[in-house]
Order: sequence, then structure tokens, then C-alpha cells
Amino acid sequence: MTDPQTPREPFVPPTAFAVPGRIEVSSRSAAVWQRATVVEIRRETPLVSTFRLKVPDWQGHLPGQHLMLRLTAEDGYVAQRHYSIASAPDGSGEIELTLDHVPGGEVSGHLHTVAHVGDTVEVRGPLSGFFAWPGDRPALLLGAGSGVVPLMSMVRHQRLAGLDVPVRLVVSARTPADLIYADEYADETTVVLTRSEGRLNAAHLAPFLGAQGQPEGGWEAYVCGSNGFAEHASRLLVEGGQPVDRIRIERFG
Amino acid sequence: MTFEPTRGFTGRARAADRDPRLPPGQYDAGDGWPVLSAEVTPRLAAADWTFRVDGLVAAPRTWTWDEAHALPASEYRGDIHCVTSWSKFGVRFGGVSLDTFLAAARPLPEATHVVAYAHTGYTSNLPLSDVTGGKAWIVWEYGDEPLPAEHGGPARLIVPHLYFWKSAKWVAGLRLLDRDEPGFWEQNGYHHRGDPWAEERYAGD
Repeated sequence: MTDPQTPREPFVPPTAFAVPGRIEVSSRSAAVWQRATVVEIRRETPLVSTFRLKVPDWQGHLPGQHLMLRLTAEDGYVAQRHYSIASAPDGSGEIELTLDHVPGGEVSGHLHTVAHVGDTVEVRGPLSGFFAWPGDRPALLLGAGSGVVPLMSMVRHQRLAGLDVPVRLVVSARTPADLIYADEYADETTVVLTRSEGRLNAAHLAPFLGAQGQPEGGWEAYVCGSNGFAEHASRLLVEGGQPVDRIRIERFG
Repeated sequence: MTFEPTRGFTGRARAADRDPRLPPGQYDAGDGWPVLSAEVTPRLAAADWTFRVDGLVAAPRTWTWDEAHALPASEYRGDIHCVTSWSKFGVRFGGVSLDTFLAAARPLPEATHVVAYAHTGYTSNLPLSDVTGGKAWIVWEYGDEPLPAEHGGPARLIVPHLYFWKSAKWVAGLRLLDRDEPGFWEQNGYHHRGDPWAEERYAGD
């Protein structure tokens, strides 16, 4: 069992993942809570709304990053959750979050049923540079339900910044009524309606994963949704030939 | 910064009857066990799983699945906490105490930190003192069942007194070092240590 390697020789794991982070996150922006004012609430679907927040000291973010949002009760009780940022970085000092109304959800429930324009909440972030897309590499985006939120930030960024780099979005929703941002999709997007067409499958991805569909240098793949979707979609990508170390996953727990 | 209450927010759980097992800023996930990993879940067969302790040790060593299972069994019963703010009470993991593996490999006096690494390449750093003295395990059972792949099966590290990103899934080994070397999430803005009771969530906390 004991092997003859010298104690100080580093072991390099037989890795397939080891995907580097995309960006370093500022420890200041990660650590500091800031007051944010709700400036707009927009209904997206019957169960999903977008909350636009003015954050005066927002340092900017990259598409795909998330933040932590905190609510405080009169007696000091706090509740906090992570939410993906939906808007593209646009320098406006405002950001958007798009939230499911989770049944029994303590934070999303408050925002959907109690919060109105003018209220304040607290946020810290942006957080995690791993799922971020700076707009530098071709991006193949797979999302389901509200998992499309950080991916939409990427699509919006590509449009707003006028980037030439290819972006393809495959978005899965149960029915047309469940499809978030339905009016915003253009040629880059494939919509899969699972109630009528069944689950996302290999045929949906084949146009992007074959030799013909690959951009030069291949895709950086981003998968976001429930764990069930993330498991399914990431397996489809691997089976379709997408390298494991070019797949980034954000699982909504 | 002092916190102004959020208008109209009362909180589902009242501060007064807050479960004392819940660290600050956490909520009880109940029966749920969210999966939070940023990578493709590997399909790693138990027969292919190995666990290695190397770096600043007198006897670097690798255990196979069968060799690890021949070691004295140990279990963790208690709570776990994820930085994304859920906690899960009363879980039970079965495996072997990390102390057993470390005793066999014999850490050198200059070893102060470890990097836990996974068969996938995931890494997380910990002070050596956080994984010794009955505080960490290599586990392959959850309840009475084999640990599911999406939760790190066939085997993962658990360090339950720290946020769960430290508890590397699909664990492949520990490398002992004389310095702190940030791992995957620590390079992505997370705190180097991750004590839930001190709310060490992000760099700068």
C-alpha cells in the first residue's frame, strides 16, 4: 500500500474538471452589504417577476454572477438568499433580479407579495467569478425555468456590447406561459416546451455540438437550472462531445 | 452599517424560537438536500475510487475502496451547513475518521494546512487543525444507503463544522502543506476557512 514517492512530490490528480475561475472577485464587493432600492417590479410570467434595484455603490458585475439579498425584520431577524443577476452590466447603477415565487419561500414570498417600489433591501456582491461570462469566448447556454436568468444576462450583454463572439441559448420551459423573457428571444435562442415536445434531448443540441455547429475553438458551455435539469443537460453535453472541462454549472437548490 | 428593517418583513421563522442549531443567516432545509456543485457529476465506480494522503507526511499512502473499508468504521451524526444559506439537521454519514488515514501517513511537524482534492480536480484548502481530532471523515454512506453520486459518492470528505464547500465530493486525497493554498471556491471569492458560526462566507468576511 505504501508507495515509494518522496513526501514532497506533489500529486497531480487525474482531473477532467479543474476548470479555472473566469475572474477574481473583489473581496470588498463580496463582503460589503449595500442598501438597494426597488425601483421597478415587472411581471414576467404568472409566477415570476423581475425586481429592478438601484444600488448606488454597485461596482459592476459580469453576466452570470449572483448576489446575496437580505431582508431584516423589526426585531433583527434576517433572512438571506442567493439570486442570479438578470441584467447586463450597463453602468446604470441599477441591476435586475428575476425571481420565482417559491411556495412558502421566505424571501421570494416577501418580494412577490409584500415588496413595492420604494422599499429597500440589502445586497452584497457580485459573487463568484466561476459562472461568469466576460464575453470573450463562444458560449453555449442551456437553461430551464428560472435557470435562464444568469444566461439572459449573458445574451443581453452580447447584444448591448455588440459582441461578435457567438452565443447560443437553449431554454426549456413547461409551457409558453412559463417561458421567462419570451419577447426577448431572437435567432440565438432555441425554445424547448417540455409539456408539448418532451424533455430537452440530444437532437436539440446536435446542431451545436457536431463538427459543423462548433465555433472556432469550441464552446464554453453554461448550464443553469434545477439539479435535475443540470444533471440531464450536462450529461447530454458530455455525450454530445462537449469537453467536461468546458462545462460550467449553476444549480438552483 | 446599521440595518434598517425591511418594510413589512416579519420572517417566517421568528428570532425568538429560532432553532439553536441554526448558525446566523442560515435556514432549515428540512428534508431537502440541495445539490451544489459547479461541475459535471462524475460517474466514478467504487472499484476505481482511491484515497491518497501525501505532501508533508512521512509515509505517503493510497487506499483502495476495499482497503479503506477495512479500516475501523466511524460515523458523523449532526448538522451540516451550506454557504448558500441552507442547513440540514440530524444527518448521518458513515465512513472512516480522517484521523485514521492521517495516523497511517504520519504528518510531518511542519505541516500546517491541507488541500483536499477530488477525482474531478476540485480542490479546497483547510488548516490541518480543522481536519484532525475527530472533526473530519471520509464517508461513503448517507443514512443506511450508499452516498449518491450527486452528493459526492462513492466517497467524499466531510468537515461538518465548516461550510460544506470544504467537504470535497468525490474526494481523491489530501495533500499536506506548510502554507495555505486557496482551492477552487477560495479562488472564486469565498472565505479561506468558512466557519458557519462566524459567518465566514466570502473573502473579506
